[in-house]
Amino acid sequence: MQLMFLLEQVVNGLVLGGYYLLIALGLSLIFSVGGIVNLAHGAFYAFGAYASVEIARHLGFFPAVALSPVAVGTLGILFERFILRRFYTADPILSLLVTFGLAMVAEQAIRMVWGAAPLPAAMPAALKGAVFLGDFLFSRYRLLLLAVVAVVLLGIWLLLHKTAFGRVVRAGIQRPDMVAALGIRLQPYMTTIVVLGVGMAALGGALFAPIAVVHPAMGAEIITIAFVVVVIGGLGSFWGVVLAALLVGVVRGVTIHFLPAAGEASMYVLMILVLLLRPRGLLGERIERFE
Amino acid sequence: MNSSRRSLLMAGAAMAGAAAVGFPAVVRGQSDKIRIGHLTPLTGFLGALGDYAVLGIRMAEDEINKAGGVMGRPLEILSEDSINPATATTKAQRMLERDGVAVLMGEISSASALTIAQVADRNKRLFMSIGARSDTLRGKNCNRYTFHVDIPNTVMVNAVGKALLRDNMVKGRKFFTLTADYVFGHDLLRAAKSFFAANQATLVADELVATDVTDFSPYLLKIRQAKPDVVCSNLAGNQVTNLIKQYAEFGLPFPIVGFNLNTADAWAAGEGNLSGTWPTVWHHDLGTPGSKAFVAAFTKKHGKPPENHAWIEYVSLKMMAQAMNETKSTDTAKLIAYFEKQVEFDVLKARKAWFRSWDHQLMQEAYPFAVKPKGKAKDKWDFLALGAAVPAASESLEVLAPTREQNPCTMA
Repeated sequence: MQLMFLLEQVVNGLVLGGYYLLIALGLSLIFSVGGIVNLAHGAFYAFGAYASVEIARHLGFFPAVALSPVAVGTLGILFERFILRRFYTADPILSLLVTFGLAMVAEQAIRMVWGAAPLPAAMPAALKGAVFLGDFLFSRYRLLLLAVVAVVLLGIWLLLHKTAFGRVVRAGIQRPDMVAALGIRLQPYMTTIVVLGVGMAALGGALFAPIAVVHPAMGAEIITIAFVVVVIGGLGSFWGVVLAALLVGVVRGVTIHFLPAAGEASMYVLMILVLLLRPRGLLGERIERFE
Repeated sequence: MNSSRRSLLMAGAAMAGAAAVGFPAVVRGQSDKIRIGHLTPLTGFLGALGDYAVLGIRMAEDEINKAGGVMGRPLEILSEDSINPATATTKAQRMLERDGVAVLMGEISSASALTIAQVADRNKRLFMSIGARSDTLRGKNCNRYTFHVDIPNTVMVNAVGKALLRDNMVKGRKFFTLTADYVFGHDLLRAAKSFFAANQATLVADELVATDVTDFSPYLLKIRQAKPDVVCSNLAGNQVTNLIKQYAEFGLPFPIVGFNLNTADAWAAGEGNLSGTWPTVWHHDLGTPGSKAFVAAFTKKHGKPPENHAWIEYVSLKMMAQAMNETKSTDTAKLIAYFEKQVEFDVLKARKAWFRSWDHQLMQEAYPFAVKPKGKAKDKWDFLALGAAVPAASESLEVLAPTREQNPCTMA
């Protein structure tokens, strides 16, 4: 029985990892292509949640989940065009400072527009409750969340590995100078990557709004976890981030099973261990310009 | 790139870490005259409550100043985000030394209130701790410069406990508790444990939960595995909201109750997610004329009803202003002497409240509340059904509070 319980935590951790992935994958892509650690990434997650609450008021839950990433993605275009773009070749510390500052501005902006008090966000009644698959208990809502993550993941993978767009992006990660020498401007690709990245973050926010507190500092909460996932997974690797997200989810669940008070600390311990053993992250590739 | 990936990662980690600690929010007052240092968490897991706290104390400030101020001088409230215990200490010290505040007020976090109380003690200046509830603040760690307005943990446990005993949900029942992993939660768990022991309930499991936890699913699985009779929340702030939302999401069959809940946490969870019995110190549909007038004025001004932290800050500043007016002074010793006389204050409840002289705890009514049946709520703030005040009108206000024997408070 004890083993079943543990296994249940592992499976639940995988589901949660899938959700972390929505935020971490975009962070990793933006970092890999643009060389920018986007500390404002959490802000787009928060905007996604707030936008979905607003849209859900008028159009209902499902349109809100679909439209909120589109709205935030549009914001992402402005973000890339007018801010990020200036920092691709600058000292990375500058982009860190700018995005960190933006995260603060975004949090305060949310506080000014919507107030500090959290917003209630409901889910459709049909999605409430748990289902049993074998002996395992699942929240019905999270199964839907998992399905959405799987579809998004598949879409991003196909885009990066089976299209001309993806080939340029992957080449751009390794040798931006060579891509430029071939006469390809990376900028429109970067815009698309940023839009996809912040759109995924927004989708994460919209999906998590019905089950977690929608409050101004929610972006700051998630950015730390997403960052840990990216570091564990390694740069430039799609599967590294996937693996790391699932691993963080599972390690957290198993730790809470045995030692609940250490639940939140477990992911940082994991990060330290991974960095000691594999400084490049689990599946991190050697990227020349970052060495 | 002229910087290596590793240093970029390190800088990123440092800043992501700083983000986790929280971005400060700053609120400033206007003019001069009698300054009051007001610290409350405006960010982090108690930030939503702190927002109401500021609205409440500002409203009292406005009313007092419109009525001529205190001793003919206007009040000026300097509100700042206390952020965490360490920062709260620094800010409290700075407010006393540099901003020249007469007294310190505020706080919701018991951890921060504890450190501000130490600053007050060291500087021999008054601190009115308004929204912190740990027993230890008015117990082992009490000091003569600190007064406590909100109901202590023991009272919250006893208020809900009475309702649970009435519903036959205690004796012989197995409880599963979730506890906030900081001084407040530990303190609340201690009070809960002594209640369980005194009433033949068993505690089958207790889980400590970090204050920044947003996902409760691993805990919910453990609850299902333990199959308790009652699930009991000793959590705080956003934790409570997250738990309530996800408890409803998973649809676990065990009844859930809690020994701590602020109305804003319930509102944030939304109607249809909350169930069970919980304690509160005040609620906006309380029927007293004073409360009704306060709620009407607040709602008119802010477009939403006041939360219990707005109410408590409002009455706290009114008490402080009364003390200053009556003693014609902002002198610490005179104010302490005034409060220690056990003067009765109108706190907009059916019965008047007073500070108990030996532990500086405000003696006042508390209330258990449950959730209104589906469809009975008039608006999104109206789904809580307030129970009758405890202690009952025939009993002393002290019956739910720790007794002299139970409370280790001694003031030097």
